Amino acid sequence: MALESERKLMAAIAATRFGLGARPGEIDAAMNDPRAFLKAQIRAEGAEQPIGELKSSSDNLFVYDGLRKARQAAKAEDAVDMIKQVQMQVRELVINEMAARGRLAAETQNGFAERWTLFWANHFTVSALKGASAPVVGSFEREAIRPHVFGRFEDMLLASSRHPAMLLYLDQAQSAGPNSQAGQRRKQGLNENLGREILELHTVGLGAGYTQADVTEFARALTGWSISRGRDAPGAQADVGPVGTFMFRPYLHEPGGRQVMGRVYPEGEEDQARAILHDLADHPATANHIAQKLARHFVADNPPAPLVARLQANYIKTGGRLDALAQTLIDSPEAWTPDAAKFKTPYEFLISTWRATGQAPDLSAPQKFVGSLSVMGQRPFSADSPKGWSDEASDWASSDGVVKRLAWAEQAAAVMSGQSLDPNDTAKAALGARLTPAAAQAIGRAETRTEAFAVLLMSPEFQRR
Amino acid sequence: MNRSAEPYLNRRTALAAAAGLGLSVSFLGRSAYAAADGELARRKLVIIVCRGGMDGLSVSPPVGDPDYAGLRKAIAIAPFGAPDGALQLDDTFGLHPSLKAVHRLALAGQARIAPAVATPDRARSHFEAQDVLESGGNLVYGTPSGWLNRTLQTLAPTRKLQALSVGVEAPLILRGPLQAASWSPGGLQSRDARLPMILADLYAHDPLLGPALASGLQTQTMAKAASSLAVAQEQAETPPDAMNPMDAAASKPAGANLGGNPEAVRAAGVTVAKFMTAENGPQIVAISVDNFDTHANQGTARGLLATRLTYLDNLLDGLSDGLGPEWNNTVVVAATEFGRTAHVNGTNGTDHGTASTALVLGGALRRRGIIGDWPTLQPARLFESRDTAPTLDMRALFKGVLVEHLGVERRALDTVIFPDSGAVAPAIGVVA
Repeated sequence: MALESERKLMAAIAATRFGLGARPGEIDAAMNDPRAFLKAQIRAEGAEQPIGELKSSSDNLFVYDGLRKARQAAKAEDAVDMIKQVQMQVRELVINEMAARGRLAAETQNGFAERWTLFWANHFTVSALKGASAPVVGSFEREAIRPHVFGRFEDMLLASSRHPAMLLYLDQAQSAGPNSQAGQRRKQGLNENLGREILELHTVGLGAGYTQADVTEFARALTGWSISRGRDAPGAQADVGPVGTFMFRPYLHEPGGRQVMGRVYPEGEEDQARAILHDLADHPATANHIAQKLARHFVADNPPAPLVARLQANYIKTGGRLDALAQTLIDSPEAWTPDAAKFKTPYEFLISTWRATGQAPDLSAPQKFVGSLSVMGQRPFSADSPKGWSDEASDWASSDGVVKRLAWAEQAAAVMSGQSLDPNDTAKAALGARLTPAAAQAIGRAETRTEAFAVLLMSPEFQRR
Repeated sequence: MNRSAEPYLNRRTALAAAAGLGLSVSFLGRSAYAAADGELARRKLVIIVCRGGMDGLSVSPPVGDPDYAGLRKAIAIAPFGAPDGALQLDDTFGLHPSLKAVHRLALAGQARIAPAVATPDRARSHFEAQDVLESGGNLVYGTPSGWLNRTLQTLAPTRKLQALSVGVEAPLILRGPLQAASWSPGGLQSRDARLPMILADLYAHDPLLGPALASGLQTQTMAKAASSLAVAQEQAETPPDAMNPMDAAASKPAGANLGGNPEAVRAAGVTVAKFMTAENGPQIVAISVDNFDTHANQGTARGLLATRLTYLDNLLDGLSDGLGPEWNNTVVVAATEFGRTAHVNGTNGTDHGTASTALVLGGALRRRGIIGDWPTLQPARLFESRDTAPTLDMRALFKGVLVEHLGVERRALDTVIFPDSGAVAPAIGVVA
C-alpha cells in the first residue's frame, strides 16, 4: 500500500524535521493526517512559554542596575568581588532561562511550533556574550518573540527593535543625533549598529541595494529609541516607565526628515523609525530574505527555488502573516522530501535525545544541561554575532564537533541503558519510517544496551532531520 | 570515503579506529617529501581570523599621525612614553599597550604590521566581509571553499600538508574537498572502542559524517598523546556524573571559539603549538578570535577592546613560545574582515569601516618597516570621508606569505587559491 507507507514517512518527517524529534507516541499521533497534525500547532496566541522562576526584562534589568550601582558606590577593593558577584548572578540567570526553555522543548507536544519559534529567536539574535544584554536574553525571547510567531512579521520586528535587550545588544540605547540637544550639548553622537543589522539581518538583507547613506539615515531616524532608567533616575519625568522599559528620549533624536532606500520620511520623532520599519517589513526583499532563510532551515542548506518563490509570494500576498507562511510551508511538497538534508545543531541533538527518551532535563541541575551544549559548541544564548547560529551543516559537522557529539552520546546512552527503555523500540518510536534497515540492524546487533543507544543517537538518521 | 583525508595520527593508538573507519591511512611523514621539497616541508602557517571588525587604529595606533588624536578623541591610545601609551614601533606607529608579547617579538624583528589592509569587499557587513576574507574570492559567495583548503589541494601532489582548525565550528577558510581536522579544549572523550567501527559502516555513504568522524578521532588521539594538553586531559579524566551523566558531559564550557581567561588562552596557544610540533602534526592551522565589534565604549589601554587584544596577545605568546625552535619555520597572520571608522562615534566606540591592521609574526621575518603604504589620516585621504583607506589588498598579503613561505606557484595563486586575482601581485619581502 503505497499510500499507507507514504503516510508513515510523512508522520516521521512531521515529528523529526518540522518538529524537534519524536517523543514516544508522537509519530503515531501524526499518522492520521501529518499536515493537520502540524497545522493544529499554529495558534494565534503564539508559542508556549517556558515555565520556571523567570522574571520580566524590567525586573532583570532592575536587579542588574541595582548591583551595578552598588558596585560603583563600593570601595575599590570591594569592587572586584562585586563584579564577580554580578557576573555570577547573570550567568545563573542565563542558565536558568536556557534550562527552562530546554525543558519546554523536550516536553512540548507542539514540536513544530517550538522549532518555528527557535527559528525566529535566532533570526532576531540577542547574545549573552555582550554583558549589557546578558541579563535579558531569555526574557527577550519570551517577550518579543514568542507572542508574535504566528502573527504579523512587522509586529515581531517592532517588538524586537524596541525591546531593551536589542537596544542594549546593538548599542541603540545611547545613540544620539549629532544635531539633537544631546549631540549639541555633550559629546554624544550616532551609533549605527542597530540600523545596519536591522537592514542586513532582520529585514531586506544584503544585496537589497541599500548603501552606507541608507544605514546612516536609518540610524539617525532611530535616535531617541532608548530605555528608561526608572523614576529615581536624576531628572526623570514623572511618567517614565520602570527601569529597562522602552522609552523615547526626544533630546537624543536627530531632527529633520530622512531618506532611506529611496523613500522620504518627514520628521516624526518616535514614529519616524516606526514608519521606516513598516516599509522594511513590507519590502519585497524582506519577503525574499525570510523565504530563503525559512526554506534553508526547514528543508536544505541550498533550498529548492520553487519553495522559496512560493513562500515569498505568500509573504507578499498576506503582508507578512507568519501563520499563513507556516501553512504554506506545511503545504509545500518540497518540504516533505524523504532525504534528511539538514544536520542537527547541538541544541537540536540534545533536545531530540531527551524527546526520544520521553523525559526532560532536570531543572534542579540546569548547569549540566547547558554545560553539554557549551562543549558541543552552542553556549546558551551566546551566538558569537548578531547573525545568530549557523543553519548550515558544514559549520556543525566538523571533526571536533562530531567527536564531541559521540562522547556525549556515549554518556547519554549509559543513562538510557539504566532506564526501562528498549533500544529497538526507542529507535522505532524516535525515527518511525525514517529508521533505515542498516541502523536498525546495527542497533539490534550491539553488544550492550549502552552501545545500542549510542549507535541510535549517532546514526545518520538521528543526526539529521 | 575521501581519499585525501589522510590525517596525521599517533599510529599505535589510532590504528584500530582508523582501520575501523575504512580509511586508507598513510603514515608518510614529512621526511618522505623532504627530497622533493627540502626545507619547505617544515614550514608552518597559522591564520588567526579576528572576527567582528578589529580596530586597526587601536591595534597599531598611528600616534605619530597628526590627525590621529583629533579623530579618536576619548578612545585615542596615548602617545609613546605617556602612561598607558602606545608601545613604539617607529616614528608613526605603536602597538596597543595590551600587545606586550607582540611588541617584544616586533623588537626582535619577529612581528610586523600591515596597517592599511582590506579585502576586496566594501559592504561593511561582517558576514559578507568574513566570507570574502576566508573564501579568497573577489566577491561574496564567489566560492564555497576556503583559500587555505585550496592551498592544501594545490600543494597535495608534491607535499601533503595537514590542517587543523581550533574550535567546534569549522571555519570557512579551511572548508573544502580536503578534510581538515578540528579541535577545541574540553569535553569528554569517547570510550567504547567498537563504536567508531560500527559508525564507520553506517557513515560509509555519508559524505559529511564519515570523514569528519575519522579525522576527529585521530585528532583526539593526538590530543591525548600531547603531554601538555592540561585542559583536555583534565576534562577527559573527569568521571561521569553518577547521578545523571546524560547532561554531565562537561562543566567547563569551551565555546565555539577561544574564550576564557587570558591564561587559558595562552595555554591553548601552547597546546596548538604542541600539535604542530608533534610528529605528523598539522602545518596549517586556522584559529578564530571573536568579539571585536566595538560599537560602544571600546576603551583605550583598558576596556572592551583591550580585553580582546590581551587574549590575542596571550594566544600569540603561547604559540610562539610553544613552537620553540619551530618558530623559525612558522608564519602567523592575524587579520580581520574590516577595520572601523577613523572617527570615534557618538558612543565612544567605532562603526564598521574599511582598512585595518594585519599582524604578521614569525621567527624568520625580514626586518623591515610596515607592510604596504600608510595613507595617513588626513581628511581628504579617508575612504568615503570616514575610514582608513586601503593601500594593500588582503589577498596580496596572503599571496606573499604563500609564495615566500610555502613556495606556492604564482599561477595557482592567481587562478585557484584566489580566483581571478592576477592583477593582485603578492606582497613580497615579508618573509626572509
